Amino acid sequence: MTEHVLSYMVFFPLAGMLIVLCLPSDRHDLIRWVSAAATVPPLLLGIWLYANFDTTTTGMQFVERAAWIPAFNIEYYVGVDGLSVSMVLLTALLSFLCIFASWNIDKGVKGYFALFLLLDTGMTGVFVALDFVLFYVFWEVMLLPMYFLIGIWGGPRKEYAAIKFFLYTLLGSVLMLVAILALYFYSEPNTFDMTKLMDRSSLFSTEPLGMWPFNVWGWGFQHVVWMALFIGFAIKIPAFPFHTWLPDAHVEAPTAISVILAGILLKMGTYGILRINYPMLPEATADLAFWFLAALGAWNIIYGGLCAMAQTDMKKLVAYSSVSHMGYVMLGMAAFNTQGINGAVLQMFNHGTITAMLFLLVGVIYDRAHHRDIDGFGGLASIMPVYAGFTALAFFASMGLPGLSGFVSEVLVLLGAWPKYHALTIVAALGIVITAGYMLWMMQRVYLGPPNEKYRSLPEINGREIFTLFPLGVIVVIVGVYPRVVLDLLQASLNNINQMVIAHLS
Amino acid sequence: MDHPVQTDFLRWIVLFPLLGAAVNGLLGARIQENWGKRAVAFIACAPVTLSFLFSLWAFGRLLGLPAKERFLIDAFYTWIPMGSFSVDVAFWVDPLSAIMILVVSGIGGLIHFYSIGYMHEDRSLWRYFAYLNLFTFSMLLLVTGDNLLLMFVGWEGVGLCSWALIGFWYNDHTNTRAGNKAFIVNRIGDFGFVLGIFLLYWTLAGQGQGTLAFREIQEHVGLLAGMQLWGIGVATLVTFLLFIGATGKSAQIPLYVWLPDAMQGPTPVSALIHAATMVTAGVYMIARLNDLFSAAPATLGLIAVIGAATALFAATIAVTQNDIKRVLAYSTISQLGYMFLAMGVGAYTAGVFHLLTHAFFKACLFLGSGSIIHAMQGEQDMRRMGGLRTAMPATFWTFTIGVLAIAGTPFLAGFFSKDAILWQAWASHNEVLWGVAVFVAGLTAFYMFRQFFMVFFGECRADHHVRDHLHESPKIMTYPLWILAAGSVVVGYIGLPPFMGANLLDGWLDPVIHLPHGEHHSVAEEVGVMSVSIAAAAGGVSIAYFLYFLRTPSRDDSPEAKGVAYRVLYNKYYVDEVYQFVFVGGTLLLARIGAAFDRYIIDTIVDGSAKLTTIISWFNGLFDNYVVDMLVNAVANVTFAVGNNFRRVQTGNINSYLYVVVGAVVVALIVKLRYWS
Repeated sequence: MTEHVLSYMVFFPLAGMLIVLCLPSDRHDLIRWVSAAATVPPLLLGIWLYANFDTTTTGMQFVERAAWIPAFNIEYYVGVDGLSVSMVLLTALLSFLCIFASWNIDKGVKGYFALFLLLDTGMTGVFVALDFVLFYVFWEVMLLPMYFLIGIWGGPRKEYAAIKFFLYTLLGSVLMLVAILALYFYSEPNTFDMTKLMDRSSLFSTEPLGMWPFNVWGWGFQHVVWMALFIGFAIKIPAFPFHTWLPDAHVEAPTAISVILAGILLKMGTYGILRINYPMLPEATADLAFWFLAALGAWNIIYGGLCAMAQTDMKKLVAYSSVSHMGYVMLGMAAFNTQGINGAVLQMFNHGTITAMLFLLVGVIYDRAHHRDIDGFGGLASIMPVYAGFTALAFFASMGLPGLSGFVSEVLVLLGAWPKYHALTIVAALGIVITAGYMLWMMQRVYLGPPNEKYRSLPEINGREIFTLFPLGVIVVIVGVYPRVVLDLLQASLNNINQMVIAHLS
Repeated sequence: MDHPVQTDFLRWIVLFPLLGAAVNGLLGARIQENWGKRAVAFIACAPVTLSFLFSLWAFGRLLGLPAKERFLIDAFYTWIPMGSFSVDVAFWVDPLSAIMILVVSGIGGLIHFYSIGYMHEDRSLWRYFAYLNLFTFSMLLLVTGDNLLLMFVGWEGVGLCSWALIGFWYNDHTNTRAGNKAFIVNRIGDFGFVLGIFLLYWTLAGQGQGTLAFREIQEHVGLLAGMQLWGIGVATLVTFLLFIGATGKSAQIPLYVWLPDAMQGPTPVSALIHAATMVTAGVYMIARLNDLFSAAPATLGLIAVIGAATALFAATIAVTQNDIKRVLAYSTISQLGYMFLAMGVGAYTAGVFHLLTHAFFKACLFLGSGSIIHAMQGEQDMRRMGGLRTAMPATFWTFTIGVLAIAGTPFLAGFFSKDAILWQAWASHNEVLWGVAVFVAGLTAFYMFRQFFMVFFGECRADHHVRDHLHESPKIMTYPLWILAAGSVVVGYIGLPPFMGANLLDGWLDPVIHLPHGEHHSVAEEVGVMSVSIAAAAGGVSIAYFLYFLRTPSRDDSPEAKGVAYRVLYNKYYVDEVYQFVFVGGTLLLARIGAAFDRYIIDTIVDGSAKLTTIISWFNGLFDNYVVDMLVNAVANVTFAVGNNFRRVQTGNINSYLYVVVGAVVVALIVKLRYWS
């Protein structure tokens, strides 16, 4: 079993989906439990993976490869390094928890859980795929269920949100596909093998192209491909100005899907940049990411934070806070030093857990009050004290309070960014004030103050909801106090990726 | 300094209160339900007491070491190892932090006990004590952390607890707003603080000595000499950024605005957090990094000016306030200004000395005011007090000692420490700052005695039902008052002026705080300078005596009916209103602009391009319907017509078929031969 651990992690949910499809559609509880059971093996295997991961090597581990479409040299090729293993773990955990967060879906239960499990397979696949075709297939496998999950099980404006999400990401996918094919045709010999493409032997040209406007900008083949990939990934992150699908998608999506969206899908953008742009197109990365990516990151932090402050819908506020927090990831990876890049990926992991908590918490109150209007509550802490306790933990983690996980990654990112970008770091550091502003303000309006009579009888958070929040809360504290539980996984691989680019920085 | 003594018990000084906080925070509600409030109180007070005992142990260990080697370290684990950047969780006790842990766990412990009495009616006592323990933990972490980042953990941690305790009674939005204000204003300070950390680390790293550990920073301060960023010395810039943090945490201009509002919290919290310990963190930080600050004379000059200005500014506001706690709050800001003045003129020990004495007499005053508020059933308006000395003798006497100490009565604690600062200001040739400080000493005596007279003398102006229930507080509250009052008397003797005897504090802090060698001054000069401040204090007391003792203040004395100057002071120079308008309003405006940009610009483009696509596809549709389909139909029609016509060809006659085939072959052959050969 151990030599196929990654394949099992990827395809267990798919097998679960097939079983779910065979179940009678009115057996709701059976469907739920089967779905939950399908996400347990990946989680356990993930823990096994964590325990057996070799943190000293930079290479791919737990590799499996088999010929798939030999005519084009396409393989089934999977493996993980420090960058992907943290994301695989996050995916396994959040998928498992989100099944339970989806428990009260009662419309089209069978379809929902089947799509959810398919989504799980797609997400895990993206993080382990090492063949470009495989990568692209998983990428698309993940998008389609997401479209339906928002479009069918979403809120009042679900169609608008789903189509917006789909069009944005479709644009990204198309650009990515073109870039993948370009890399295939320009590699010698032609290959979809991502590890080979990372290899320095297949160097792509940086000679400026003759075509306008690239001749003016001095862009070569690498730069054009880099930008195509980058736009594709920037939509996912989401980087300004490609971020407006996110608030709509979040607001309309059911709770668990918001969690998956913010917790995992956003990470695919930054993951893709680190997995593909950085090692495969290092010269272009050095030319284009320097300053540009950092400025975009700093802008995301401030702009997202300010937009969050202006929201009146709790979910929209949390969605914009994601825009802000993903800015740290971009800033960190553009720092091109150990602190920055490790801080960036740690921030990906931390944002995954913290924002998952935030969305789950908003979901708890939405299930009870059926609205998310920040000004429509008040004094919930008196009515639901345990719930308020979890909320406080998540809010302060999001604010980067020392001792909780967000602090470590934000400090590493800003520390890393400082030597290269003084001014941008100062701007980005203003984010710590803005975040405190909107988080505390929301806290005050929703949870503190005199209890709203209308909601006197709201039931306290229940066992199932605590079950989804508790593991995340524990992780937030542990990573804050002892960040090495994650940092040790990352360092070797990330420093390796970083080295590839640094060599080309002028 | 090179070989600190390795220990493994310092961690417990810090961790005990964390354990208490964890138990009460997670299980407190159940414990209180099943075993009562006493159990909750015990869980909170025991760890702080243990911390105090362990602090005494650490203090004893230091005493047992030769003066130059008084350094204890407890390296717990490596927190963030990241390339050349490595931060440990390690605890560091030297003569400076030894004083602080004794103050925090000692005075903190007294306030824990006092709280048992003060908060006994509160339903969520467990929550209160969990926060108080968490605060004690954070504060101890702040003072014992062996590096700047760990100090910052404590720094933000105390901010969190301050937020939670200011807004402890969260059902009232006045309290939660005050809490948020405190947190956010502090975050502005922290913004400077973290940037200072980054700049310091990278500058040292550029010299091959990247570190954030205090002892290594002190060692390598010399490396910063001559380093510049943006044309400013790095040492100046780093200390300036760190000082921004200090203005937030220690409530100095321009970030002092949160502290008066912080009085919304329970009074023991005001005593512990907003007087004795947390707000002195900025002073402690500067003392901790005194070598670094000494390398930045420009920053020191700024600190001295800010300190003196804050002392004056806050004292002028204090003279008109009618809320018993607000007077003390502005007084705290003012006294912190004194400490920063001391830091600014390079008199670090004098600043730490005042920090120490202030912790005693201000805690005593705050707890005394808490005792009064407790007896007056929550009343805080001094216009409704008066004559309380007979009803509350213990509170009266301890408060008296506190007032005398802060007013600078000779031979009490505040006198020695304040005089040390004034003298240093004078001796360092900052005559203007000295003049301001002397004037503030007079103001201090005035507003404290004004409070003293309004509260304890004259007729009792309280409502009947309040007056009838006036009572002295229980022993659990008055004993801490006596201990603090005693401290306010005796603590001053560890820092005697040179002409009166040995200055124990200077000697004790000598291994940590490196003072520049001062010039020699005559005893006559020292005594003369001292006399001026005594005279100023006496003047302040006299004016208070005429205005508030001989004339009984009215219950309905309205500040709005007074002159313009009085109103401006009473309304705190309208600074809050200006900040609200400029900073809060400005930020919200930016927020709305951002949100509107998303909605109206970006989304319009996105939706517009979607719409454009739809329109194009509509035209496509038209094209399909009318052009393509027409063609298709035309083809079909033609085919049909052709077929219809050719139907006649299908005669069924084999001969005619053969003619056609042969004819076709012939034509094909001709064509082929004619054109392709």
